[in-house]
Amino acid sequence: MRQHAPGTESRTTQVVLILLALAFLAFFLVMPLVAVFIEALKQGIEPFLEAVSNPDALAAIRLTLFIAAISVPLNVVFGLAASWAITKFSFPGKNLLLTMIDLPLSVSPVVSGLVFVLLFGAQGLLGPWLSAHGLKIIFAVPGIVLATVFITFPFVARELIPLMMEQGKDDEEAALSLGANGWQTFWHVTLPNIRWGLLYGVLLCNARAMGEFGAVSVVSGHIRGETNTMPLHVEILYNEYDFVGAFAVASLLAALALVTLVLKSVLEWRFDLHSGARH
Amino acid sequence: MIRVQNITKRFGDYAALHGIDLEIQPGEFIALLGPSGSGKTTLLRIIAGLEFQDEGHVYFDGEDVSDIPVGRRKVGFVFQQYALFRHMTVADNVAFGLNVRKSKTRPKKAEIKARADELLRIVQLDGLGGRYPGQLSGGQRQRVALARALAIEPSLLLLDEPFGALDAKVRKDLRRWLRDLHKQMGLTSIFVTHDQEEALELADRVVVMDHGRIDQVGTPEEVYMEPATAFVSHFVGETNRLPDGRHVRPHDIAIVAEGGDAVAVDNVFRKGSAWRVEGRLADSNAIIEIDVDTNQVPPSVGQTVRIEARRSRTFAD
Repeated sequence: MRQHAPGTESRTTQVVLILLALAFLAFFLVMPLVAVFIEALKQGIEPFLEAVSNPDALAAIRLTLFIAAISVPLNVVFGLAASWAITKFSFPGKNLLLTMIDLPLSVSPVVSGLVFVLLFGAQGLLGPWLSAHGLKIIFAVPGIVLATVFITFPFVARELIPLMMEQGKDDEEAALSLGANGWQTFWHVTLPNIRWGLLYGVLLCNARAMGEFGAVSVVSGHIRGETNTMPLHVEILYNEYDFVGAFAVASLLAALALVTLVLKSVLEWRFDLHSGARH
Repeated sequence: MIRVQNITKRFGDYAALHGIDLEIQPGEFIALLGPSGSGKTTLLRIIAGLEFQDEGHVYFDGEDVSDIPVGRRKVGFVFQQYALFRHMTVADNVAFGLNVRKSKTRPKKAEIKARADELLRIVQLDGLGGRYPGQLSGGQRQRVALARALAIEPSLLLLDEPFGALDAKVRKDLRRWLRDLHKQMGLTSIFVTHDQEEALELADRVVVMDHGRIDQVGTPEEVYMEPATAFVSHFVGETNRLPDGRHVRPHDIAIVAEGGDAVAVDNVFRKGSAWRVEGRLADSNAIIEIDVDTNQVPPSVGQTVRIEARRSRTFAD
């Protein structure tokens, strides 16, 4: 039997493999995506516009943007702090912290949501105290923010830790030896070194914050115009057989995914360019 | 004067340094020489204030700086991999130490620029200030790192394996250049190296370290000619250990007509300005290396010669 070096397979093999991959992509990714837009625009542009400008839809869009606007910056700060601590210092409990960061990825989002209900719900641990002080967390916006922050916590940190690990702490030590203080070192040295990775993490974090369904569904209470985010709104419309409405709002989420994908590719390209230029 | 007193450092269970004492005179060029794991880099980092000792003190001109962090010790530190800020131009890298000063002590913009240009001229990189570190060669990056460290007008210059990442030719040029620069500036400098040739060529005094202790401090001449321990004798220059415990340099062995010990010659080759003869002692099979002057005819492979040590020393183990 003839042996092939990798990359020298016959032309037919190549074509078959490529076609197979493309067919898979078309069936599982492109077709569903196209279907969303087709369904949304099935009855023309007007019903589509009406569905996305309906007061409940607008409220859901506003709430989703609001949630993302809170949870993304919070997780940028948390993610930076955690990655900084893990990669630049050694301290007891470091491995535990690393494991904890991954927790939201390994637990089912529904369970994450339930944890908050158990903690802050009316029958929950802190429920009586909260209601005595007139604070409402579950079935209200604060609960949705908490659940989203929890779910999206790993995205920034996961992106930064390997990057900062690889870069080591020589640059920071050099800055300190030249008389820079901690803040100057972070701002002028660390941040520029990780900017592309950070942006990438923010993008992923944002996409998940806007698209999260499971955890948010548990804590939201599905109050129309008040605690419905876009994914929840889609579900409600769908269950009410308002397919145009459901797919119209869904198409907005799908558009967000596409934009994220494009930005991600652009960033990866810049990122490679950047790390390729080092040494 | 730099004084290091009874410095001990542990990393977990591993003792990196045991009670190190060292004094460095102003203007001296000192090499910390040792194999990896000898503690030389840890000692350098403790002197810099990048690492802190578990016990002992560091004094700069009589002042106890043991607990003062690196930023306030006024030391210039050149990192092994240079640690240049890759998103800044060469000029901005050099000016960094001046730009981060508090506005009270920070020179004016034009002054900083002039100072950076001056430093780039000193390290022979004039005109390259607008480049990025990624666009420079290894030797050029090394000199940018040096200029950046000198910009803060340090009272002490510390270099961690300054030539480690360079190829042989650049390394040699840069070595000569650094020695000249040190002569010109007279700045007290300490560098870490595992390369004995580098240490002997550059340093006023060499500190030979092994397993977290100092084995010997002396001029290059002293550590080579009068090694204090068997380790120094083997690490600085080459040494044969004879079965009777004597240590002999290859060039201190003479081939004699009669008497002495018999050596079976395995290999003969040209090594620099001498013939290197490798063989085995007939009695013990111990490997022996001998240098023979090139104006003599070396023995041939397979021949048995008789040798005598002209100079040897013994060490208490």
